Amino acid sequence: MSDTHAQTVPFVRDTMLPAAPPPTRESGAVKWLRENLFSGAVNTVLTILGILIIWFLVATFWDWFAHSVWNASSLTECRQIIAATWGENARGACFAVIRERWNQYVFGFYPQTLYWRPTMAFGLLMVALAPVLFSASLIIRRVVLAITTLATLLCMMVLGAPVGWLVFAALVLAGGLLASERNIAWLLPFSLIYPLLGVWFLWGGSLWGPIFVLVGPLLGWLAWRLLAGISPLLATVGAILVTVLFWLLLAGDAAQSAQAVLPLSIEAVRSDRFGGFLLSITIGVAGIALSLPLGIVLALARRSDMFLIKSLAVIFIEFIRGVPLITLLFVASLLLNYFLPPGTSFDIILRVIIMVTLFAAAYMAEVIRGGLAALPKGQYEAADALGLDYWKAQRLIVLPQALKISIPGIVSTFIGMFKDTTLVTFVGLYDPLKSMSDAVRANIEWKGIYWEPFIFVGAIFFLICFGMSRYSMYLERRLQRDHR
Amino acid sequence: MKKSVFLGTVAAATLLAGAGFAQEGSTLAQVKERGELNCGVNTGLVGFAAPDANGNWTGFDVAYCRALAAAVLGDPSKVKFVPTTGQTRFTALSSGEVDVLARNSTWTYSRDTDLKLDFVGVNYYDGQGFMVRRDLGVTSAKELEGATICIQTGTTTELNLADYFRANNMTYTPVNIDSNAEGEQQYMAGACDAYTTDASGLAATRAAFADPENHIILPEIISKEPLGPAVRHGDNNWGDIARWTLNALIAAEEYGVTSRNIEELVRSSTNPEVQRLLGTTDELGAMIGLDAEWARRAILANGNYGEIFAANIGEQTPIGLARGLNAQWTQGGLLYTPPFR
Repeated sequence: MSDTHAQTVPFVRDTMLPAAPPPTRESGAVKWLRENLFSGAVNTVLTILGILIIWFLVATFWDWFAHSVWNASSLTECRQIIAATWGENARGACFAVIRERWNQYVFGFYPQTLYWRPTMAFGLLMVALAPVLFSASLIIRRVVLAITTLATLLCMMVLGAPVGWLVFAALVLAGGLLASERNIAWLLPFSLIYPLLGVWFLWGGSLWGPIFVLVGPLLGWLAWRLLAGISPLLATVGAILVTVLFWLLLAGDAAQSAQAVLPLSIEAVRSDRFGGFLLSITIGVAGIALSLPLGIVLALARRSDMFLIKSLAVIFIEFIRGVPLITLLFVASLLLNYFLPPGTSFDIILRVIIMVTLFAAAYMAEVIRGGLAALPKGQYEAADALGLDYWKAQRLIVLPQALKISIPGIVSTFIGMFKDTTLVTFVGLYDPLKSMSDAVRANIEWKGIYWEPFIFVGAIFFLICFGMSRYSMYLERRLQRDHR
Repeated sequence: MKKSVFLGTVAAATLLAGAGFAQEGSTLAQVKERGELNCGVNTGLVGFAAPDANGNWTGFDVAYCRALAAAVLGDPSKVKFVPTTGQTRFTALSSGEVDVLARNSTWTYSRDTDLKLDFVGVNYYDGQGFMVRRDLGVTSAKELEGATICIQTGTTTELNLADYFRANNMTYTPVNIDSNAEGEQQYMAGACDAYTTDASGLAATRAAFADPENHIILPEIISKEPLGPAVRHGDNNWGDIARWTLNALIAAEEYGVTSRNIEELVRSSTNPEVQRLLGTTDELGAMIGLDAEWARRAILANGNYGEIFAANIGEQTPIGLARGLNAQWTQGGLLYTPPFR
């Protein structure tokens, strides 16, 4: 049989033909261009239009950037250098203003000998954030913390930090690295006390202030333990009352007496010395850290069945969202002074942080409410079916899913809030974008400079906001549980 | 003091309890107790108030604040400069956030009465002018019919401009701007034919141009802008201190008392007016609740009015303002201080 077959088929190919190269139109860059840029008449026109616009922009601004001067002590000198190098009618950017005044754009009027303190606070902030932001991936955490450690110590050395503080920062950073390798949860207590520590680093003064602020919640916890046996509600009320009363009545005096007994203080820096990105980042970080929990509480309150809680939340959210942020800032900076007794010093930055937080929290609440609403009803019913009480159901089942859905919105609110920190210019604080630039221009050396500060500040804002946005995308990918 | 962050919480609570008695006690006592003068200044205006690279404030208005602090507290460095914007300045003063406002603010009827401020004098006689490009071919503000004009909103200049054009039966198109820097930029970019603001500001702006020779400041001054420090209504003693500190600086120039020869004059001057000013005879200081040497310290802080002018905005500086109306009355100017008697 097989013979017959063999004779009827004179030739059988036993190797495959080598694959022919694809036509040039269907491979490589040509294919990519055809598919992405010139796939049809409309797209071709749009592509050409886009190239023309880019060409126009580059042609218009290229010489201005290319002729940048980085080394001069005044705008006049800049102009002379440009005229000398590029000809009489050449124009050019004078980024020398940034080189000369970068310290004010970064630190405002913070005392120059103490620049290392905000730097250290920022470095330690990364350590405090690590267990919150990078809890899942060891590699990312390792890279972030290693870079932070190196950069912080290097910057502190350059800025002339005292040896004692260098050692302190090195120890904390090394501890952070170690904890990150072994068990990142070890860092959580540090994250919890960091807000007080950060405030102390930035504003300085007596260490006893932050310590006694910390004592308040401890006493509150004690009261809660004592009263918990009698009634949980009474215990909660009692704990809050004890904490607040301690802060209001005792903490100030206690801190003063303790300071008298054992002086533990670093040089104090007043709020009016803050400015530039130090101010923006301080307000931004505080606002972000405070507005998320407040927003969650407000969102839950708005969905509550209890009439009073729900109405209060609705009134608060709608009021804050209905009023421009600038109005709130004016209220914080000016109107409050009419009501406060004379002589009280209610820190202006604190006032602004409170207003910015309330503002962001109202938006946050609506974003999170969206996440809560997007959750199928079955999830709530499942939580009930498991016999979980309200808080456990929220904590274990509802919020993790709702927050995950809301991540893009939450981060958008953060980014918006961070950019809104420049609005503090209207209450006389030195934000980097306008007030600081105007202050620089108010010196005759730099009068007349316009675009360079905007470009510099804008670039840094972009870096920070873009970073936040990339992080949120990473978080979304990490938390993805469905299979698509 | 340094628990201020934390005191904020305290203050928030007292807000509920202590609402309603904001203005109490004399400003002088408050300043002395605080050990520091809160002085409202511009957030940044060339020659008048500007922080340098190290955050030290300098300028014409700043010098007045330092003189006042020297008179009251004995130390010209004990000033906390509170930067105020055009919108917040008067509220900052009336709410008590600042003790005195030295922020190139024009003394007007409604500000003095309706806003419940007391202007204590004039430290700079300004007036509104116009700057145009030379090649526009305009030599007088009367020829600006139909022009587009860059104008800063929320200032008296905006109102003056409308008044002036209405009075001369001319029309104009305003281009609203928010700050000097923006105005310069718009003007340079050709968005407006003319830029108008106080003449001192125009001079500084023109000095900073790459090509000052191509721009001219028109001769017409269309408004009176007497700029001066202001205090709140209701505390006359504090107003007296602020007023006579300014007067002391002006009188010192009139009598030839400078920061250099003051020590010598204290010992040797035979002019009775100078002796009273410097507190070697009579007790003028006690009448306003200060010691005898208050004026001496005020003058020592930055020199007399003429020295302050020359150091910050005078002809030797890049801004290069002539004394003009701001010369002593003996030199044909308007500076005329009541006698120290």
